Amino acid sequence: MLLIKNGRVLDPASGTAAPRDVLLDGDRIAGVAPPGQLASRAQGAEILDAKDLIVAPGFIDLHCHLREPGGESSETIETGTRAAVRGGFTAVCPMPNTRPVNDNASVTRSILERAAAVSPVRVWPIGAASIGSKGEALSEIAAMKQAGIVAVSDDGRPIATAKLLRQVMEYCRALDLPVIDHCEDSSLFAGAVMREGKQSVRLGLSGMPAATESLAVARDVQVGELTSCRLHIAHLSARASLELVRAAKAKGLPVTCEVTPHHFTLTDEDVQYDTRYKMNPPLASREDRDALVAGLADGTVDAIATDHAPHEAALKDVEFDRAPFGVTGFETAIGLALELVHAGKISPMRMVELFTSGPARVLGMQRRVAENEPADLTIFSTDHKWTFHAAESASKSKNSPFDGREFRGAPVATIVAGRIAHQR
Amino acid sequence: MPYRFGHMLAIEPLSAEEISFLLDQSKPFQEIQQHPLKKLATLRGKTVALAFFEPSTRTRVSFATAAARLGADQMNLQAESSSLKKGESLLDTVRTLDAMKPDCIVMRHSSSGAPDFVARNLLLPVINAGDGTHEHPTQALLDALTIRDRRGTLGGLNVTILGDILHSRVARSNVHLLSKFGSHITLCGPAMWLPRELECLVPAGASIRRVARIEDALEGADVVLTLRVQQERLHEPALAIDEYILQFQLTPERLRIAKPDALVLHPGPMIRGLEIDPAVADGPQSCVLEQVTNGLAVRMALLFLMIGADTSSERDSSHAAD
Repeated sequence: MLLIKNGRVLDPASGTAAPRDVLLDGDRIAGVAPPGQLASRAQGAEILDAKDLIVAPGFIDLHCHLREPGGESSETIETGTRAAVRGGFTAVCPMPNTRPVNDNASVTRSILERAAAVSPVRVWPIGAASIGSKGEALSEIAAMKQAGIVAVSDDGRPIATAKLLRQVMEYCRALDLPVIDHCEDSSLFAGAVMREGKQSVRLGLSGMPAATESLAVARDVQVGELTSCRLHIAHLSARASLELVRAAKAKGLPVTCEVTPHHFTLTDEDVQYDTRYKMNPPLASREDRDALVAGLADGTVDAIATDHAPHEAALKDVEFDRAPFGVTGFETAIGLALELVHAGKISPMRMVELFTSGPARVLGMQRRVAENEPADLTIFSTDHKWTFHAAESASKSKNSPFDGREFRGAPVATIVAGRIAHQR
Repeated sequence: MPYRFGHMLAIEPLSAEEISFLLDQSKPFQEIQQHPLKKLATLRGKTVALAFFEPSTRTRVSFATAAARLGADQMNLQAESSSLKKGESLLDTVRTLDAMKPDCIVMRHSSSGAPDFVARNLLLPVINAGDGTHEHPTQALLDALTIRDRRGTLGGLNVTILGDILHSRVARSNVHLLSKFGSHITLCGPAMWLPRELECLVPAGASIRRVARIEDALEGADVVLTLRVQQERLHEPALAIDEYILQFQLTPERLRIAKPDALVLHPGPMIRGLEIDPAVADGPQSCVLEQVTNGLAVRMALLFLMIGADTSSERDSSHAAD
């Protein structure tokens, strides 16, 4: 047994925001009660003092890249999940763009077997929508679901055609799986390396307009309406996209979306030929970034997802236009979200929702701090000052634009299935 | 006031004073080009690495000649012969060059920001000889020298730039440079190469406008800078060459709309009959060959200021300090 005492529980599902002790027994929560009231039941329990700390349901990252199999020089399931647990995540959803692509049950099973052996956090794989994510034929989605995938996506690229998207959505609706799309109109995207705007013109870098994303979001929402399948927009980065999601939600369509910490923190003005600022979708204009923050606050955005995309130094230490897209994100996500809290943009409860019940809802799950629920908890501070040093990251890759950034508040303990998987 | 130049990556971060200083320093080197014996010993014992990762003739020859006339030795690396084709990274290639101990590296590269990337990774002074669609600072300096010689000033002039502005590093560097001196910039070319964002290149309050019709753009011009039409760009988006010629070729009739003594500049290589009518290219207003000679002077001055005797021992990563 593990008794977490003196903490302040923030549980969006029940609306609880109060001092509570939480007792864990095995892999379940055995009790949640006002301070001191669990003492008699907690005889002999290990104690974790959470004084001045927030006790939240376990954080879920809907979008990451663990690179294994095939990209082990940049990240492995072991190093990636170690970075995740240090960042306060109790469950992560790796995208299928590995080599080979996770488009069949044997790849799914091998990922899960490896995770069972080495991962301190839960690994919930996302399966490819099409074989090889090539946009031609449906992958073995039902078999992958049996093996353990929680959603499908061709992430890294959009689901190629409206016709294929429709087929995938019809099929996934029957299987009760959400379809996650990386929204991008490839003809507008062609060759671009950042967001089109003043900064791309100034730097002489090829830019893509925000419409590259929102055109595809419009397609997806309309195809989604044809099928009634759950649609989740990955790493949404443009105001126009957000407005489409807002309108779809107002219509009652099952559309959700996520925003990454780098998109709600940085803008295209931060791009200065430094490849650590190169990701896809690219950093948005200031106006779009402000719209994303508003969407995080008003409920249009369902989840914060990291899009943790490690790349080894040899790949990133090149000319800007030759570098691969992607930045790491596990270990800075909570710190960056807390910046929004400290700036008064979102409440602490809303922040917790964006990491817990929000992403859980996308996956058709629940996350609660309540009796009999899985004992996954993220315990974090809101005031402790610290500096992120990429060199000290648990990730195998160091491609973070936040290297050297000072944060206020950090994950202190990550509890997965009743065990302290990481403690700061 | 003396300035030192740690790198020469772009015109944008330079002040008008620094640019004027560089142009002043170019004057004696301009005179040297007229001497029967042009070689100096100023940089004897120094080595200039010329790393051209993109095909170039005139800029490479100009830098090589500038280095030679200052008495410097050269290391030459060209894309055709480089190990990049064998898969070596840019960083490894320039580190290898660096290990041969040159005193500076002059580089051209097809990727915008590549010189900036090299400068961040080496202690060696870097001169940008053109990077992608970003900047070509020495071209703007030689253009400025040419204009200043003819007009006596860089301020208050009406400068019209014609062509594919969006993809032109020459246009970018010239817009930055001339706007710092208070000249009025008019940009003209096919609409898709003339995005509104170009107006943001200049400091707030500077005079810049985009004009669709060449006749309007040339009205009252003191200087007309014609850019090369990069035919490799015409496919994206598809634009017929004849359409370009019809709307934007600098012809004698159109040039008459500008001031009678307007200067015509072209960075080369020039494609006669495309962006410029041969009669204009060879006409009395054309400064094209003068630009080439001034290129030597500006590049000699820059090499002298960057790696000349008393500055070589203290490498400074800032672009300038007084």
